[in-house]
Amino acid sequence: MTQDKKDWPLWEVFIRSKQGLNHKHVGSLRAADSTMAVENARDVYTRRQEGISIWVVPSNLITASDPSDEESLFEPSASKVYRHPTFYDVPDGISHM
Amino acid sequence: MLKLINLLLITRDRKHCSISFVLVGVVYTYICLVNALFMKNIDIKSLEEKFQKKIDADIKIEPNDWMPDNYRATLIRQISQHAHSEIVGMLPEGNWITRAPNLRRKAVLLAKVQDEAGHGLYLYCATETLGADREDTIDDLHSGKAKYSSIFNYPTLSWADMGAIGWLVDGAAIMNQVPLCRCSYGPYARAMVRVCKEESFHQRQGFEIMTKLASGTKEQKEMAQDALNRFWWPSLMMFGPSDADSKHTDQSMKWKIKRHTNDELRQQFVDITVPQAEMIGLTIPDKDLKWNESTKSYTYGAINWDEFWQVVGGNGPCNKERVDARRKAKEDGKWVVEAAMAFANKRSAKKSA
Repeated sequence: MTQDKKDWPLWEVFIRSKQGLNHKHVGSLRAADSTMAVENARDVYTRRQEGISIWVVPSNLITASDPSDEESLFEPSASKVYRHPTFYDVPDGISHM
Repeated sequence: MLKLINLLLITRDRKHCSISFVLVGVVYTYICLVNALFMKNIDIKSLEEKFQKKIDADIKIEPNDWMPDNYRATLIRQISQHAHSEIVGMLPEGNWITRAPNLRRKAVLLAKVQDEAGHGLYLYCATETLGADREDTIDDLHSGKAKYSSIFNYPTLSWADMGAIGWLVDGAAIMNQVPLCRCSYGPYARAMVRVCKEESFHQRQGFEIMTKLASGTKEQKEMAQDALNRFWWPSLMMFGPSDADSKHTDQSMKWKIKRHTNDELRQQFVDITVPQAEMIGLTIPDKDLKWNESTKSYTYGAINWDEFWQVVGGNGPCNKERVDARRKAKEDGKWVVEAAMAFANKRSAKKSA
């Protein structure tokens, strides 16, 4: 990824708050390269022990779904209640299920 | 329409054909344009209605969602000016870092000023989600086009001012920012949640400084009182013009960017702060201040709005100094920005080679 721009590129920052949890998006920042992005992320987003691990991703490399496609993307799963365990009747007296 | 064009195209009479063709083309373009304009208006109207419905249902707006141009512009203006306030706000306190009375106070003040830088960065990040360019908004600050909180145009003359700023200025900021945690725009609301969490330490450390000074020697107490005298009225002005003169309030309330009016927040601040001052034996510099039993709140004296508009307009005691300092920081730091970018480019070129 070569940028011959004057301005530092934008990075999205993801923080793992503690071992066992996912990295979670916290915001963005500007930095010249990935090393600097991690260092800046530490200063901007973890001043109070908010994290133990940082991911940085160039913002322009993220592909997002379009909000106007929300219905076609997510509506189909709304009608499939049978994907949830509560859809099924379990006879009285049956346990461990 | 297409049929008509086809018909003309197969006409053998070339001369007639080309003239009619041009004519039909013109008419066709005209109809299309009118149609497009009409459709666009209908489209925007229905989009606006949908948008307002979401707002009314307390559904947050996220960066990629459709939003009215004015909503976007209002947010860019408000969030970037908020960011500028955090950044410019580092200057009055930065003034005392090297002269903090002891190591504990120095470490605390450093941490607080660093937090303000962080707050500025959360907010610039939120501004960028709206499509604004970070450096452009910063240049607007430097050119005087963008404003920042008027409070930072007052000088910090004594150590007690660090106490007054933490207690009053950060106190007023919290009062403004807590409702912003519920702002309709997701990234702004999330940034505010982080800011508010950090801000309460700022206020407490300030109040601690004031408490210590107010219970110290006669000179120390006088110093605290003097700081309160100078910062009280400018702190009340932080909530912005009175409701009658606030031109953005109505629309911002409708969009749920703002949840309370300026005067409501100002009153809340007075009611909370007056007893705190009494508790540590300091006097609010307002001879008209009195408790109103029927409204269960304090009535306070008239704010000097001339002073407010002068300071907002660039004629406060430190306006020039503050903006000059920010402009100089950008200009002097330019080579660092460029060098880091050149280094990054060189390194990535080497990697890909």
